[in-house]
Amino acid sequence: MSLDLSVLAGEAVYLVAFGLLALGIFALIAHGNLMKKVIGLTIFQTAVILFFVATSAKWQATLPIVPEAGAAGPAAGYMNPLPHALMLTAIVVMVATLGVALALLVRLHRRYGSFEEDDLLDRVE
Amino acid sequence: MIRHHLPALLVVVPLGTGLALPLLATLSSRLAWPATVAAGAVTAALAVAGVFQVLAGGPVHYAVGGWPPPWGIELVLDPLSAFVAAVVAAVSTCSLAYAGGLDDPALRGRLGGGPALCLLLLAAMMGIVVTGDLFNLFVFLEVAALATYALIGAGGGRALLASFRYVILGSLGASFYLLGVGLLYALTGTLNMADLAARLPAAEASRLVPVAVGLIVMGLGIKMGVAPLHGWLPDAYTYAPPAVVALLAPVATKVAAYALARILFSVLGVSFVLDASVLGGALAWLGAGSILVGGIMALRQDDLRRLLAYSSVSQMGYIVLGIGLATANSLAGAYLHILNHALMKGCLFFVAGAAALRLGGTALADLRRMHRLMPVTTACLVVAALSMVGIPPAGGFFSKWYLLLGAVESGHWVFAGVILAGGLLAVVYMFRVLEHVCLEPRAADDHGGGHARVGRKDASPAVLLPLVVLAVGIVAAGIFNASIVNGLLRLAASVGVG
Repeated sequence: MSLDLSVLAGEAVYLVAFGLLALGIFALIAHGNLMKKVIGLTIFQTAVILFFVATSAKWQATLPIVPEAGAAGPAAGYMNPLPHALMLTAIVVMVATLGVALALLVRLHRRYGSFEEDDLLDRVE
Repeated sequence: MIRHHLPALLVVVPLGTGLALPLLATLSSRLAWPATVAAGAVTAALAVAGVFQVLAGGPVHYAVGGWPPPWGIELVLDPLSAFVAAVVAAVSTCSLAYAGGLDDPALRGRLGGGPALCLLLLAAMMGIVVTGDLFNLFVFLEVAALATYALIGAGGGRALLASFRYVILGSLGASFYLLGVGLLYALTGTLNMADLAARLPAAEASRLVPVAVGLIVMGLGIKMGVAPLHGWLPDAYTYAPPAVVALLAPVATKVAAYALARILFSVLGVSFVLDASVLGGALAWLGAGSILVGGIMALRQDDLRRLLAYSSVSQMGYIVLGIGLATANSLAGAYLHILNHALMKGCLFFVAGAAALRLGGTALADLRRMHRLMPVTTACLVVAALSMVGIPPAGGFFSKWYLLLGAVESGHWVFAGVILAGGLLAVVYMFRVLEHVCLEPRAADDHGGGHARVGRKDASPAVLLPLVVLAVGIVAAGIFNASIVNGLLRLAASVGVG
């Protein structure tokens, strides 16, 4: 008796993405350490990117590169390149956000010597 | 010639000036603020020209880079976006002039970083308003947010923690929005708003549409700062440098509210909001809750800036309530409130910043005898407070009047009651401020020289000018409300109807 997993064939990646979303939110809520919150946020954002990229996948499709002009086959034979292009932008945005968050943390740590939210709230009078 | 490029120029002018500003500042750091204000003024002039352009010749569409929509990114000026763009650009110009006049040490970096970030924020807000593409809107949201994080953090100390909290919540909100957009894209294969509106009816049966819309509403709700998603807002508005709050508080949250209205009515349509889902009701309740929670929290504050921050939560509730009711009058009221609240909250935060500078703090106790020390500032405070409370001819009365009409027309008596209750709460918290402003200091604080006349120390003319302009604007918006509503907002409110 074997378990039929074919139902998951197309959807497993979405389950992973939504699992990561939940994990990221959990880290954001449950941790008082600001650095761990940043890690949670990064996991969350990465899950969104995974979700987007997963929507471009197709069975029996190839890379969206046309070797020579006019030689393109039917669109169904190519993966959708748009989500990848969008996610390149989203990754840049994410990196910028991460950079600002880390810069703020560095300044907070230099001044108050802690990453723990409770300590910080005490020390920031 | 210029009219075809108008939508793009609204973004390009502040963006280009902002990026060139560090170069200019190496020549002379004194040029930074005047150049910033000039860029803001040009943007505002273009935006106002855009309003007349739209009224005369219909919507202006601009295909970025010559790529036709739906493949390329489209910028659109229609009655709604032209109106919001004009409000945002004009009020921001006043804020920039005020920030330059205040010459906040927190923004006095050698390379003009402060003013450059302000312009970046303005460019991103204009981008959010004119874009016709859902993903482009996400990018502009994040550009605006990144500039905001840095500007809030410039306050140092507690502002760093406030900024960090906003980084976490703001990024979470943007990610929710992006996830919702991703679901819509997966369903329809397009990101262009007009194209999506055409394709969505075919996918409307899918259970994913409400999920996507819920995610978008939640994401934009965080950016708008409506209760209970307002966790970042009070600290950010209280501890950020006064010049920054003067730019953020009037317009930044309104732009997210505009984005919500744009997506709900241009993409999904009024029938979806009212009939096909519980969305309209949920939004109306969210707005009503925000009005009450923000108002009640504002009553409990002893610091002017914190009080105003909670009042913003309350006033954003009015806009969300108007959007949720989705009748012609409630939408006109919500859009008019974008203008009125931008004017009055700008005015109030200008006063708070000037008071912090001259009186040494914004705790209500610090404001005593302000009516003697800073008469012009106090006069503007009174005008803005009357608008907040809703006393004609100040503008605030009229937006709430249209909202009330909308609520009564559609038979939502509970929401009509909430609108009135919110006004009553505003009476109490604003008159509490005025009471302190007009009080004499406690005898114990006088150190003996109590009866000596203290000389006036009103803010400098460079600070007072934008303040007075906004105060006059509040009254003008009230007096001309009928022409604004009938000439422009009825058109804006008809987007997506039928």
